[in-house]
Amino acid sequence: MWDHEIRAMASTHAIIAASVFMATVLPAVLVPGFSVYGTHLLWLYSVSAAVTAVSVAVFWLLGITPPAKKHTLGYKLSRLLRSCLYFFLSCLFFHTVVVLYGAPLIESALETFSLAVLLTSLTTLRCLCVLGPNVQAWIRVFSRHGAMSVWDTCLQITVACTLVGAWVGAFPIPLDWDRPWQVWPVSCSFGSLFGYLTGLVAAPAWIHYHRKQLTYKCK
Amino acid sequence: MKGLPVLSLLFWMCAVFFVGIYLFVGGFLLVRLEVNRTSTCGDVLEPGEEPVDFCRAQPRFRKVVLLIIDALKIDFARYDPDKTAPRPYENKLPVLEETVSSRPLQSRLYPFRADPPTTTMQRIKGFTTGSLPTFVDVGNNFASSAILEDNLIHQFGQVGKRVVFMGDDTWESLFPKKFYRSLPFPSFNVKDLHTVDNGILQHLYNTMVGDDWDVLVAHFLGVDHCGHRFGPDHPAMADKLTQMDGVIRSVIDRLQNDTLLVVMGDHGMTDTGDHGGESQKETDAAIFLYSPSPMFHGPPSQNEPDVVPQTDLVPTLALLLGVPIPYSNVGQVLLPLFPPHEQTEGAVGGLSQLEALWINTKQVNRFLETYSGMAKDIPPESLSRLKSEFALLSSEFLSAVREGRSPSPQLASSLQAYLTSVRDTCRATWARFNPLKMAAGLAILAFACLMCFILSELSLVLIRENGALLKTPVVVSLTVGVSVAAAQLLIRGYIEVMWCLAAAAFSSELLFLWRSRQLSTSTVSKNGTKAPKRVSWLTLRHLLVPSLLFPLLRCASLLSDSYVIAEGRVVTFLVLSLALCIPIHLNWDGLLLPPSHDPLKSAGLLPAPALSPSAVRKESGTLLACLGLLVGSLYLSLSFHGCREEQGSCQPSAFLSPLSRLQDNQLKNLHYVLAVISLGLWTYLLRCFLCHYGNLNSSGGTVFTARWILPLLSVCLGLHWAVSATPEDSFRNLAELIHLAQLALPRVAFCLLGLGLFLIWLDPLTVFVKTRTQASAKSLTLPTPRYRASIGISPQAELHHLIPQIYQRMRRSLDDGDLSGASEVDNRPAVEAYGLGTVYSAPLLLFSGLLGIGLLLLHPEGMALSFLLLLLETGALLHIHASSTTLSGLHGKYSGGFNVPWTPVVLWSLAATQFFHATGHLPTFPSIQWGAAFVGFPEGHTGTILPASLVTLNTFASHILFAVSCPLLLFWPLVCEVRGSRGRACGDDGEDAVMEMRLRENPQMFSSALLQLSTRYLLIHGAQVFASVCAAAILRRHLMVWKVFAPKLMFEASGFLVSSVFLLIGVTLVLRVDVAVGQWFKRLIPDVSR
Repeated sequence: MWDHEIRAMASTHAIIAASVFMATVLPAVLVPGFSVYGTHLLWLYSVSAAVTAVSVAVFWLLGITPPAKKHTLGYKLSRLLRSCLYFFLSCLFFHTVVVLYGAPLIESALETFSLAVLLTSLTTLRCLCVLGPNVQAWIRVFSRHGAMSVWDTCLQITVACTLVGAWVGAFPIPLDWDRPWQVWPVSCSFGSLFGYLTGLVAAPAWIHYHRKQLTYKCK
Repeated sequence: MKGLPVLSLLFWMCAVFFVGIYLFVGGFLLVRLEVNRTSTCGDVLEPGEEPVDFCRAQPRFRKVVLLIIDALKIDFARYDPDKTAPRPYENKLPVLEETVSSRPLQSRLYPFRADPPTTTMQRIKGFTTGSLPTFVDVGNNFASSAILEDNLIHQFGQVGKRVVFMGDDTWESLFPKKFYRSLPFPSFNVKDLHTVDNGILQHLYNTMVGDDWDVLVAHFLGVDHCGHRFGPDHPAMADKLTQMDGVIRSVIDRLQNDTLLVVMGDHGMTDTGDHGGESQKETDAAIFLYSPSPMFHGPPSQNEPDVVPQTDLVPTLALLLGVPIPYSNVGQVLLPLFPPHEQTEGAVGGLSQLEALWINTKQVNRFLETYSGMAKDIPPESLSRLKSEFALLSSEFLSAVREGRSPSPQLASSLQAYLTSVRDTCRATWARFNPLKMAAGLAILAFACLMCFILSELSLVLIRENGALLKTPVVVSLTVGVSVAAAQLLIRGYIEVMWCLAAAAFSSELLFLWRSRQLSTSTVSKNGTKAPKRVSWLTLRHLLVPSLLFPLLRCASLLSDSYVIAEGRVVTFLVLSLALCIPIHLNWDGLLLPPSHDPLKSAGLLPAPALSPSAVRKESGTLLACLGLLVGSLYLSLSFHGCREEQGSCQPSAFLSPLSRLQDNQLKNLHYVLAVISLGLWTYLLRCFLCHYGNLNSSGGTVFTARWILPLLSVCLGLHWAVSATPEDSFRNLAELIHLAQLALPRVAFCLLGLGLFLIWLDPLTVFVKTRTQASAKSLTLPTPRYRASIGISPQAELHHLIPQIYQRMRRSLDDGDLSGASEVDNRPAVEAYGLGTVYSAPLLLFSGLLGIGLLLLHPEGMALSFLLLLLETGALLHIHASSTTLSGLHGKYSGGFNVPWTPVVLWSLAATQFFHATGHLPTFPSIQWGAAFVGFPEGHTGTILPASLVTLNTFASHILFAVSCPLLLFWPLVCEVRGSRGRACGDDGEDAVMEMRLRENPQMFSSALLQLSTRYLLIHGAQVFASVCAAAILRRHLMVWKVFAPKLMFEASGFLVSSVFLLIGVTLVLRVDVAVGQWFKRLIPDVSR
């Protein structure tokens, strides 16, 4: 029964990964002077935008987003507004966390915030898509018995991979190699993106190999 | 509670670590005493015929040009015209070979062998003092790197020669104010190939043409930097060497007749362009000597040296230029530069070969006598051999001179042999790593870490065995040590203590490992349920949990110089990450939030939650709030860091400079107020805690300390800051008073501190007993004077923390349930004991609090803020630990012991390192805060022990505080215990919180948990020492070894030493409290003692 869902997940992830690829290649063709290191922020925003747009579209089309309780327009609108608010708050949250981890407070605030936007679009956005604007549910998902569906498990894996990737991405910064990718926040955004892509691959694979053990409580 | 086994096991553990560190450091750090005497022209060398020795003859040269090309390897200097495809570094200096072959009487090229360590600063010391500098030259003050030993530059200055220097600015720091003129250029940036060289070239030729110099030193860095950056096998190296070729040619063209030119490299380089070690590629540099007038007496012949040791330059230059040989020189003169004996009266003048050798020999002998009088590190038998050899030679020489016959040519060669053997002896003592000792130290440390891990896992078994496991290893190690000593005495005639210790430590380690293996298998066979747990000890999965992954990351970071340089931030990063892991992990286990209504639970499939949802919510709230506090103090602590010189664009914290140095009065006041506020908060928070748990009610020594000494001490400290911050000229009429206060206030504070610590030790109980007059209590037949241990005076607090039945429980355990018939007359206990719930933690906390204020006294005033952060962070850590223990107790994970898991211990020890940096310290010698030695002693000291211990206390303040208060980790979950949470888990219903009295109920568990906690703490510090030892051993050829890794090793090792000593003090204090509590119970309930 899950083969269908796993296949859907794999194809979704393929589409998202392709969008990341396109977000890197297209500006390189269209924008003169574009490079991943040189105009890092531009690349960062293009990736964030691409991932945001594609994930929202795909998850909406697939209908994984939890069904609205009421079908009035006002309710839907408020949900949308709340989602936008959560998105923004999550950017601020990530910004704070990154600063607490030792990012410069004032000097490169724009770079730090861009990293926060990238992290938000890779993690929080997925939570919004899968669980809706419901922080209680988000916290619940990240527990051992919290996953209610295959998509929840997939969410756990991708979010963990992204955050661990960003964390590991900070490791090369103190080294004295003087490489262009050691400049803040290049290594961290690379790390989080690599982590995310790994998560995209790993989640369907892991679920596929553990499909016998996975049991979900119904809501 | 069994105190002795815990203490002896810990002590033995520390001893093994110490032996390992001692052994490694003995093989790695080369130590030598500096002789602070200088030679002068008027010196009379024994045995002497002549009135003066050094400045007797007319000097051969008036001027000398010393061109030092950093890392000029001998391979670079050789020229082989047959080579068709030379590598980038080959055949690029043809000028040397051309000159040597075309003008053999004027020039020579030799390989020039440096002594390890082959780093520039040590080499400059080597070829100016003629000695063999080591990493630690004792006597040299660490604060500045100036050479205090006698050296060539000093001697040139003494006889009035004008020394002009240009190039590497290391010289400027080594010889401050010694140069007539100096043009230093920054040497730090290894990537910069040209600044120094171009700077020199701008001035070199003008200076040479001018006449205001006698000695010209030019130190080129380009070749060395090129090696570091690109390696020797790179076109850039070819360009650089070609440039140097041009430089040498131009210098030769401008030389005058009475000038000597020396072109030399200070060390070589490996194939990757690095240096620092002892391989031949690193040690073999080149030396090229040239003079426009003939100075050699024939073309290069067979009996010329193959290799010139670097130290030989010193006596040669000294005698050629007519200055005294520096006092500590152990080099020998280069004979080919002096005329043979028969030609003494020739045209050139100056000393003959034999005379030069004789002066040199006498000088070396004088140094050897002085040195062996000061230090004992030269082996006595080689010393006596050298002495007798010298006596023989001198009598032969003197008799020859007296009889007027020319000494035999054998005499010259035997003088040379003598000088060589002196140098070899010195080198064997000072300038060689001892790989055997290093390997032995590494092995002992590795086994000690393993042993520490096993000890922490097996602590319960060990305590049950009552320390029997310890006896055999100790006895065996003693036997082995003594037998090794005896064997050494028999075979070699003297004892080397190091190897005896090594043998003892190693044998005890092996025996312990073997016994513990036996023990664990036997326990497994006894109770099979534990088997899977034991097996999974060392599997990869077990080691990859975050709590052990973080120490591994930390240890790995010690192997990279960049991470060591950025250590303060790295450790903060790790602490923050690990702290964030705690709530994430709890949430993963579903413990952070109160469980939602679950259909399974209502069906009775899951056990009912031990804590109500509101309690869970409250605990999680505490946990998250404390996490916030922790994160906040971590972030703020980053602003107290100092700066290493390697960190380019770094500003040291403004709080690091003492108040008296601040110019702006407003800023000064602000800093002072901030410092006093933090000091007040520190005192207030401590008292608040004690007051809250009812520890301030009795009248013992500890309470006296808390009530009077603690506030008095902080007042003293505040006044001391105020006095030391007053500008000298503002209150002229009060100058004497201020001076007195500067002397008296810190001393009063030291006395108060000592008194307070002593009182806590003497009477650590903070329990206040209130007996209720009760009808039943009068009758002696009633055996149950029950009591309760309240923590506060207020009735609310009383209700909250009631310990009514502890006595009954004790009786039950002692008399085996004899008490079932005891009548419950009244529900109120007969004896109330206030403060019994925190009987262990209160004195410990007060002890560390007092110690903290004492340590703050040794720091600059601004560090008070950092100390406050330290207090807040420890509080936050303790509360996080307590809350997470409570929350995980909810799922029935509570196993009945008091074991402290890895995560809080790791956090605790990482925080110690973090605050080492956040109190403005760095693992480098120039950053030691020497001012601490003068707190209370503004006039200076007479001895060395007191200032050394003050500086140690200052440097390792955070290590000390965290080590002493380490047992708090064990007590805190009990202090913060929520009513009923543990009671249920233990199976006793309706039990009130008894807090730390639980520890007395189960002394065995208490001992084992204490042992486990301490060994875990030791292990994490020990693993860091092991990692830095590995870094120093593996990277001993690294460019940064003497700048980064070796100081790091020293600081890590001394930090471990201080930590372990203070950990032992903390554990002993806990045991002392335990004894006192036992006595208190005996007094309270006399019949128990029967």
